[in-house]
Amino acid sequence: MAEQVLFWVFAIGTIAGAGGVIAVRNPVASAISLVATFFFLAGTYVLLWAHTIAVIQVLVYAGAIMVLFLFVIMLLSLTDHGPIVQLSPSRIAGALATAALLASLVGVFRKLPPGDTVTWATDASRLSSFGTLKELGAVLYTQWLFPFEAVSLLLLVAIVGAVVVAKARV
Amino acid sequence: MTDFTHGALYGGGIITVIMTLVALALWGERKMAARMQSRLGPTLVGPFGLLQPVADVLKLLQKEDIVPDEADRVLFNLAPPLGAIGALAVAAVVPFSASIIGADLDAGVLYLLAIGALGVLPVFIAGWGSNNKFALLGAMRAIAQSVSYEVPLVLAALVPVILTGTMKVSAIVEYQAQHHWLIAWPFFLGVPAFVLFMLAMLAESNRIPFDIPEAESELVAGITTEYTGMKFALFYMAEYLHTLIASAVAAALFLGGWDGPFAPGLHWMAAKTLGLFAFVYWVRWTLLRFRSDQLMALCWRWLVPTGVALVLGAALWVVFVG
Repeated sequence: MAEQVLFWVFAIGTIAGAGGVIAVRNPVASAISLVATFFFLAGTYVLLWAHTIAVIQVLVYAGAIMVLFLFVIMLLSLTDHGPIVQLSPSRIAGALATAALLASLVGVFRKLPPGDTVTWATDASRLSSFGTLKELGAVLYTQWLFPFEAVSLLLLVAIVGAVVVAKARV
Repeated sequence: MTDFTHGALYGGGIITVIMTLVALALWGERKMAARMQSRLGPTLVGPFGLLQPVADVLKLLQKEDIVPDEADRVLFNLAPPLGAIGALAVAAVVPFSASIIGADLDAGVLYLLAIGALGVLPVFIAGWGSNNKFALLGAMRAIAQSVSYEVPLVLAALVPVILTGTMKVSAIVEYQAQHHWLIAWPFFLGVPAFVLFMLAMLAESNRIPFDIPEAESELVAGITTEYTGMKFALFYMAEYLHTLIASAVAAALFLGGWDGPFAPGLHWMAAKTLGLFAFVYWVRWTLLRFRSDQLMALCWRWLVPTGVALVLGAALWVVFVG
């Protein structure tokens, strides 16, 4: 019962926050809406027994990435431009990308076997360890080791690149 | 009792106790500061001036609530409660005794750091929403400071995690109760990590010697410049809350939490937390303020390398000795 109430709170919060991101005029208020969206999304993860993912969602997205966003907004010092209505190439590309994302999501949901998820979620032996730090680490460092290391290398390249771009003489 | 009602009841109880403690801590700090400066401090309201915080809150509630014309109303009003909530949210995973804990998360330490990292948001919102150059300058300094000191804080918190092999805060305390407090053995890792944690925590909660974001001689009052009455009080309270709860976290991670002889666990936890809390205020009224660039140099040149060395040392210790 409580879980259902919480689900609706988080679901409505996520959608309202996401709506706020595109509806609000002020860029800072828009960024704050995005933080709210991340938070409610993290709440949904907790309901799915994925505590670790929820905490990482808050740490990385709501914490680190949003601070970066806010810094960029502050440094660019955006002013109110009024509504933009003309059709630009980037807007068309954005609409196409969103449509493709929606199509793939619908495709995935159609492929899900109907009853399977319920039996899996009520399997008690599974639930006790599911989503814990230990299990996540074990999967990350065995099955997905190569992608994990590749991403680490990518981040290192990004940091070195940032230093090179920011400093004229290294 | 379901997990949900358990969490709600414990949350309500813990928040009530913490808020009361913060009011008393305000009185305590004023008394302590007064004694250090050969004054008496509050004496008039109640016995020993104990009711002074109540009088302060009553006074603040009556103050006119001023919002600047040019300020962003929504953001301006959002920042103070957000700051207080962020500081309180950390208390959810702190084990106050073997049985008193709001939510014993598997990734508890990670949760502490995640919520701590969010402390930047209300500061930014306040600085931006006030539409005041001093507030914005204060916010810029505060964010640069918080983001930098996040790194040594995480590294210092990693040391107990590696030594005990768990991120569950209650399990870290349990380990210390069964073996030894982390500050006692291995002390060459525990003591520096504890000092590093306290320094980074002081910097995160903007206390002297790290209170550059609201350096009143340079920036009026930083992000709180435009705030009046209860909203200002909320910022002020959030700072105390942050210090108090961070002291509790440090006590749990390094000083054995509720572990101790002769007395119940809750008493030990309270004694350790309040001792650390008093120490923070002792430091505050003794030392001077750093300059902004000195602060950053201290963080990146000394604290971060020390933190990396400690994490490496902890890993070596676990592999070859522990």
